[in-house]
Amino acid sequence: MNFVLLFLITIFSLSLFFYGRSKTKTISIKENIKLNALPKFYGYYLVLWCSIPALVFLLVWSLFEPVIIKSIIIETAANQGAIFSDKNEANLIYEKIKAIHLGTYFGDIDSILKESALAYAKFINLFTNSKVVLIFGIIIASVIYSLKKIKNNNKARDDVEAILKGLLFVSSLIAILTTLGIIFSLLFESIKFFSVINVFDYLFGTNWSPQRAFVRDASSITAAEFEELKDAFGFIPLIAGTSFIAFIAMLVAVPIGLFSGIYMAEYASIKVRRISKPIIEILAGIPTVVYGFFAALTVGPFFRQVGENLGLTVSSESALAAGLIMGIMIIPYVSSLSDDVINSVPQSLRDGSYAVGATKSETIKQVVIPAALPGIIGSVLLAVSRAIGETMIVVMAAGLAANLTINPLESTTTITTQIVMILVGDQEFDSPKTQSAFALGLTLFIATLILNYIAQRAVKKYREKYD
Amino acid sequence: MTKEERLKKRHRAEKRFRFYGLTSIFVALLFVVILVQNIFSKGSSAFKKTVINTEVFFDQELLEIQNGASQEEIMEADFYDIMIENLIKAYPAKDRDEEDELLKLFSGDAEIEIKKAFLNDNNLIGKTITLDLTASDDIDQLHKGNYPRDLPEERRRISDFQLVIYDYFVENKKISKNFNNYFFNNGDSRDPELAGIGGALIGSFYSILICLLLAFPVAVLASIYLEEFAPKNKITDFIEININNLAAVPSIVYGLLALQILLSTIQLPRSTPLVAGITLALMTLPRIIIPCRASLKAVPPSIREGALAVGASKFQSVFHHVVPLALPGTLSGTIIGLAQALGETAPLILIGMVAFVVDIPSSPVDPSSSLPVQVYLWSESAERGFVEKTSATIMMLLTFLIVMNFVAVYLRQKFEKRWN
Repeated sequence: MNFVLLFLITIFSLSLFFYGRSKTKTISIKENIKLNALPKFYGYYLVLWCSIPALVFLLVWSLFEPVIIKSIIIETAANQGAIFSDKNEANLIYEKIKAIHLGTYFGDIDSILKESALAYAKFINLFTNSKVVLIFGIIIASVIYSLKKIKNNNKARDDVEAILKGLLFVSSLIAILTTLGIIFSLLFESIKFFSVINVFDYLFGTNWSPQRAFVRDASSITAAEFEELKDAFGFIPLIAGTSFIAFIAMLVAVPIGLFSGIYMAEYASIKVRRISKPIIEILAGIPTVVYGFFAALTVGPFFRQVGENLGLTVSSESALAAGLIMGIMIIPYVSSLSDDVINSVPQSLRDGSYAVGATKSETIKQVVIPAALPGIIGSVLLAVSRAIGETMIVVMAAGLAANLTINPLESTTTITTQIVMILVGDQEFDSPKTQSAFALGLTLFIATLILNYIAQRAVKKYREKYD
Repeated sequence: MTKEERLKKRHRAEKRFRFYGLTSIFVALLFVVILVQNIFSKGSSAFKKTVINTEVFFDQELLEIQNGASQEEIMEADFYDIMIENLIKAYPAKDRDEEDELLKLFSGDAEIEIKKAFLNDNNLIGKTITLDLTASDDIDQLHKGNYPRDLPEERRRISDFQLVIYDYFVENKKISKNFNNYFFNNGDSRDPELAGIGGALIGSFYSILICLLLAFPVAVLASIYLEEFAPKNKITDFIEININNLAAVPSIVYGLLALQILLSTIQLPRSTPLVAGITLALMTLPRIIIPCRASLKAVPPSIREGALAVGASKFQSVFHHVVPLALPGTLSGTIIGLAQALGETAPLILIGMVAFVVDIPSSPVDPSSSLPVQVYLWSESAERGFVEKTSATIMMLLTFLIVMNFVAVYLRQKFEKRWN
C-alpha cells in the first residue's frame, strides 16, 4: 500500500511540475505579464507543496500505526477474556492474532483469538482507508493552496528557496534528534533499572552476576529476591576490567604510536612517510571483528602455549591478549593525531633550539613535545575513549565472568562485553537484567562523552595557541 | 667527562631516539603484515572444496521416474536410495558399519547434488555418469592438510577405517579440489562444507544500500546548511558540538538506540537489513558530515562571491557552484563512512542479526546476517572447517573495504581541485 501511495505521490508531483511550468508560461504570454521567476520554479514550487506534506504525513503515520493497532488489539483481546500476565505473553498473543490474519498460523484457534483476528482485520482496513483518504485530502488541499499562489504570480524562486532552506535545517537537526534518541532510550530503561536497584549498590557493588537476577515480574519482587538483586549488579568489576584492558592497550599503543608519530613528523623523508602512513592507517580501517577473530583464535592460544612452556597458567581469554590486540588497533589513532599535532608546532621553536646547539632529539624531547603536550594528551584521551567503547575485540577475546583481578594472564570482562552478553538472543522484557544493559550503556555513553569533551578541549586550546 | 665524550654521548642518544622511532614504525607495519598473512594463510583454502569423484548409476527401479520426466516429477522424486546405492559402491565396504563410515565421508547434500545432475539432463535413467560430490568437512580439512592424521584414533574425528578409504581415494585419484561455489551461493549452515556467505553478502548489500540512501542525502544537506546558510548562533554551535560528539559515541550505543527505538517502540522487524541500515545510517551520519563540511569549506569564497556578483541568489551560488566543486570530497568522505559501516558488528548483534539464517534474504525486510556478523558467528563455532570459512569471509570483507577506500582516494585525487 505504501509503495502504491509513494508511486502516486511521485506521479502527481511530476505531472504538477510540467503543469506549473507550462501554465505559468502560457499565462505570461497570454496576459502579457512579466513573471516573478523562471517558469520552472513554479513547477518546483508545486512539486514541493504536493510531495512534502504528504510524505511527512505518510512517514509519521507509518511509524505510529503498528504501535497503535497493537495496543488496541491487545486491549480488545483482554476485553474478550484473553489472559496474559505480562508484556511477553501479550506480545505472543498479538503475534498469533497477526499470523491468523495473514493465514500463516497453524496452531489451535479458539474463539477469543478468532474474534481478535477479525477485529484486527477490521482495524487494519479502517487504518488503511483513513490513511489513503487523509493523504489525498492533504494533497488536494496543498495543491489548491499552491495553485492559488501561482495564479497570483508569487515570487516562486524565493518561496522554493525558503522551503529548501527549511529542509536543509531539518536535515541538520537529525543529529540532535539522534542524540536525544540515544539519551532517552538509555535513560528510559536506566530509570526503570535504578528504581529496582539502588544507584549506590550499582556504582559501588563489587559483584557482577546478572544471570542470578532472573525475576519474572519486576513489579512484585519479594524480599529474598531483592537481596539477591541488590548484590548482583555491582559495577566495580566491570569498570576495573574495562580500565585494565584499556590500560594494557594504551601500554602498547602509546609508545608505538607516539614514536611513530614523532618519527613521521620529524625524521621521515617524504617518500617513507607517503608509504608508511597509509599502511599504518590500514590498522584503523580493519573491522574490529577481524581483530577479535585474530585475538581469539591466534593470539589467545599462542599466549596460553607460551605460558604452558614457561610453567604459567594463562587463560585462553586473557586480558593480555585482548589488550594487546586492542592496542594494535589503536596505534594509528595515536600516531596520526600526534603526527598532526607535532607538525603544527611552529618551525621557529625548533630553529631557536637548534641555534643554541641542541641535537634533533634534544629539540624534540625538550621543545617540541612540551609544546605539543596538550594536543598529544588530547589524542591519547581520544584513544582511551575508543578503547573503552570498543566491543568486538573484547566480546570475542576477553572473558565473560566478572573477575576483580590485576593479573593480565587471567580473564576479565568489560562493560561492552556484558552489554552484548545480556542483549544477545531472546531478552526478557522488563527484567532488571535486560535493563542493566541500558544502565551500562548510559554509563559508557557518559564516560566517553566526558573523555571526548576533555580531549577536544585540549586539542582545540592547543590549536588556538599556535594558529 | 671531556667535551668530546659528552658530544659522543649526545650523538649516541640521538641515534637511539631515531632508532626507537624507526622501530615503532617497523613494529606497526609488522603487525599489519602478520595480521593479513595470518588471515590469508588460513582463509585461502576455503575458496576450494574437496570433491569425491563418484560413479552414479541411475537405476529406474529405485528412482521410479522415467527418462524425460518433468521438473516437478524430478523435484518430488526420492533420490535417497539412489544416493545410498551409489555411494557405498565408491569403496568395497564389508558390512553395514563400514558402509556407514563410508557414507559419512560425503556431505549432507550428496542427495541434492545427484538430483541436480538429473535436473540438468533428464535422460540419465539407465546410464552411469561420474559426479564430483562434495566431501564432508572432516575429509575436506584432511585433504587440505589442516587436519593432523597422526593423532591417536580416539582424539580424531576421522576413524582409522575412514583414513583407509581416504588413502584409497587418493591413490585412485578419485579425490580432488574444485572451486567452492557453495561458499558464495549458500546461506549459513551447521555443516561447514555447505555453509556460505551468500546470505551475508546480500544482507550486507541491503544494509549498506539503505545506509547510503538515508545517510548520504541527509549528511550532504546538513553540511550544506551548517557550512553555507547557518547563522552564527547558539543553535548552530549546539548542532556542531552535537555532531562532533556523536562521531565519537561507541557504536554499541547505537545498537542500544536501535533496540529501544526501532525494535521496541516502532516495532520494525528484528534481524533485518532494514533495521541494520537505519542503525548504520544514524551511526555513519556524523562521520560523513565532518568530511563533507571540510570539503565545502575548502572551496574558496571567491567562487561564491563570483556567482553572487553576476546576480545569482545565495541558493544558486551554493547549488550551482560550490556543491559541484565540493562533490569529489563529499563522495570520498561518504564512501569511507560506508566502508566503516560495512565492517561494523556490535550494533548489528544487538538488533538480532546473530540469528541463524539459512535462507538468502530476498528483500530488506527478511531476516538476514551480514558479513562481519557472519565472521563473529562462525568464529564461535567449534568445527575446524569454520576457521577457514571465517578467514575467507574476512578476506572478502577486507577486499570490499580496500576497493571502497581505493575508489575514495581515486575520486579525491582525480577530481578534487587544489586551490592554492
